[in-house]
Amino acid sequence: MGVGIEVDHLNAWFGKVQALHDISMHIQANHATAIIGPSGCGKSTFVRCLNRMHETVPDARAAGKVRIGELDIYNGTAAVQVRRRIGMVFQKPNPFPTMSIYDNVAAGLKLNGFHDRKRLSEIVERSLKLSALWDEVKDSLRKKSGASLSGGQQQRLCIARALAVEPEVLLMDEPCSALDPISTGKIEELIFQLKENFTIVIVTHNMQQASRVAEFTGFFLLGKLIEFDRTEKIFTTPSDKRTEDYITGRFG
Amino acid sequence: MLACAVCVLALVGIIVYELVTRSQLSWKAFGWKFFFGSEWDPVNEQFGAWPFVYGTVVSSLLALAIAVPLGLGVATFITEMCPRRLKETLAFATELLAAIPSVIYGLWAIFVLVPLLRVYLQPWLARYFGWTGLFTGPPYGIGMLAAGMILAIMVVPIISSITREVMTAVPRQQREAVLALGATRWEMIRIGVLRNARAGIFGAVILGLGRALGETMAVTMVIGNRPEIARSLFAPGYTMASVIANEFSEAATDTYLSALVEIGLALFLVTIIVNILAQVLVWSVTRGMPARGNV
Amino acid sequence: MSNSSQSEPIRISLWRSGMDHLVTLAAAAAVLLVLLPLGAIFAYLVYKGVGALNWDFLTQIPKPVGEPGGGMANAIAGSVLILAIASAMGVPIGIGAGIYLAEYGRNRMGDVVRFTADVLNGVPSIVVGIVAYGVVVLAQKHFSALAGGFALGMMMIPTITRATEEMLLLVPQAIREAAYGLGIARWRTTLSITLRTATSGVITGVMLAFARVAGETAPLLFTAFGNQYWNWKINQPTAALSLQVFTYAISPFDEWHRQAWAGALILIVLIVISVSALRVAAGRGMLKGTG
Repeated sequence: MGVGIEVDHLNAWFGKVQALHDISMHIQANHATAIIGPSGCGKSTFVRCLNRMHETVPDARAAGKVRIGELDIYNGTAAVQVRRRIGMVFQKPNPFPTMSIYDNVAAGLKLNGFHDRKRLSEIVERSLKLSALWDEVKDSLRKKSGASLSGGQQQRLCIARALAVEPEVLLMDEPCSALDPISTGKIEELIFQLKENFTIVIVTHNMQQASRVAEFTGFFLLGKLIEFDRTEKIFTTPSDKRTEDYITGRFG
Repeated sequence: MLACAVCVLALVGIIVYELVTRSQLSWKAFGWKFFFGSEWDPVNEQFGAWPFVYGTVVSSLLALAIAVPLGLGVATFITEMCPRRLKETLAFATELLAAIPSVIYGLWAIFVLVPLLRVYLQPWLARYFGWTGLFTGPPYGIGMLAAGMILAIMVVPIISSITREVMTAVPRQQREAVLALGATRWEMIRIGVLRNARAGIFGAVILGLGRALGETMAVTMVIGNRPEIARSLFAPGYTMASVIANEFSEAATDTYLSALVEIGLALFLVTIIVNILAQVLVWSVTRGMPARGNV
Repeated sequence: MSNSSQSEPIRISLWRSGMDHLVTLAAAAAVLLVLLPLGAIFAYLVYKGVGALNWDFLTQIPKPVGEPGGGMANAIAGSVLILAIASAMGVPIGIGAGIYLAEYGRNRMGDVVRFTADVLNGVPSIVVGIVAYGVVVLAQKHFSALAGGFALGMMMIPTITRATEEMLLLVPQAIREAAYGLGIARWRTTLSITLRTATSGVITGVMLAFARVAGETAPLLFTAFGNQYWNWKINQPTAALSLQVFTYAISPFDEWHRQAWAGALILIVLIVISVSALRVAAGRGMLKGTG
């Protein structure tokens, strides 16, 4: 089951440069929320703050309050623990090249100490079914390497890998931008189904995609959250002029 | 991980420590004069290392004199003149030369090179070039000339492969600029490539020198192992590395051992300086990571 | 370039084109001159080595001076023992240092370590022998395979460290991020994911180092020292193939000369196999399936 995310006055820096200014928002459980905005507006940075990936970059830091469910992720929890409860899918599919499909999906579990063979197989199968990849790979789970699949399949593999550890939240950073339209479509379908069990935050520069898959949308500009509301409202009657300018294509 | 990295530092520390402490005895006994004295007399505990320094320097310089033109020629041929299909094979062949162990070079030198010198080359050299004073004396075969020649063969692969890397690093635009002026291929190479890669080539030569200075086995097997200084290249000699190799395990007294260690320390310092100089020179042309892979 | 209309084609002076051809010839001659000894060495190794190679050679220990027959079996075994010790020391330290440099070493300390590894690489092999003598032989009061292994291990480290660092740096950052995203700790990621991806390249580096030290003689002269008999104890003097070839080559006995060639042949065969296997591995690609 998914949980809600409460963001309270979040700020983030790369060295001396401030990338996020005072972000506050509430992300609803079991819904998909899209983060849109022009290049460099801080959408990826924001999402990477939600699972504390931001700090893996040298000289980067974040401050503020982020609560995932009842977990205050910046106060008193180790980053590694946080990331175990939140799944992430990246822009360019990045399966582990030297591992089989099975091992890729099981990686998160195995490396966190989970070794029950039977349960592992069940989880792998369930995760691959959830990411709609099962039928295509069920016969070559251990034989084919993760990197031998097509782009779209690799991305679904990465989704399965993220789902296998049973996160409550799934963060997706422009998951379809490296994929062709058909694969994109499949993944968007996937997001629909996943919403029932997970909370999804998806960064996208494709506004049509946002309107297709997300119930809520946040518009970022220059590191600030300009507007956050139901998707239909953002795209039909936005409150802020800058939002309107962006979605009508006047910039970005 | 950090522990392993620290191990590396520790090892070099150990090396320096060992060399310095064990050579103390000799250092205290002879001081700087150690390197200028010509008397190497273990029986009377008189140690002067000048013959070895001389031998090392002369054999290395002789080796370079032969190896540099050859190495540059090979590098130029492989990089600029050779048909594509041949490149891989030739590059592989030169790498193979580098992989042959020193003792095998020595073995071949003793039984093939030395007889050749004794029977053919040395008499010929004595006849036509004896007037220089470099080729006089009985043609034993064994001696400085043999050592220089086998060292040259061993050093060519280093000079050639670094030179190749450095020549490849020169950007295409430089070559094209010269060609566009109507230059012949050789002129293009001379002006567009070699001149630009000058520092790196110099570095390659210095690296070759570094290798020659420290080379032990092959030299020991053919240089004659006599601590003498002679003008003729036919005469036997002795190098710093060779004396250590031959006499270390039989050094009966502490002073003897210490003298040998002191020679080792000197060898260490010289090779380190030479190698650092070479690295800096090569780096200045290839700017960091040398070109990986085949040329 | 301007075209002189219908007049004669621009001719390069005879001198310049002559120089061009001359230099090409000279370069080609250089190649031949260099390949000549290469061919000669291999030819002699085969010609003289095969003659002395027989089953006895591979299975027997040396006979006393003057008696025909005998072999280098103990030397081959000794080499294996010494190289095993060397690898046990050199491989873990080398890979560990390489991992440190690649993953945690983009700083001052890393530069120092890198520089030190290069210094270690340039130390003449005879000097390494002196140090191993001082550290191991003097402490144990006798020559040993352990001392020989220590010396060779020291020589393996810089090559392995360099190769490991380079291979790890080739692993795309995206792979590491995927692991972090799954909540895998940094050290775990480095060992189980990053290193695993670079495995074939690292192995290549190890083999390169191995091939380099397998033929070394100088560091063994007063560490392993050599032995006319079988020896499996690591703290006793041990025979080694390269040492044996050296001893036999400089001896005055013809029989031993013959055997030296045979020993050299075996040595070179083992090394060529490693170097060629290395090329094949490099050709097949260091990282499987990236991109």
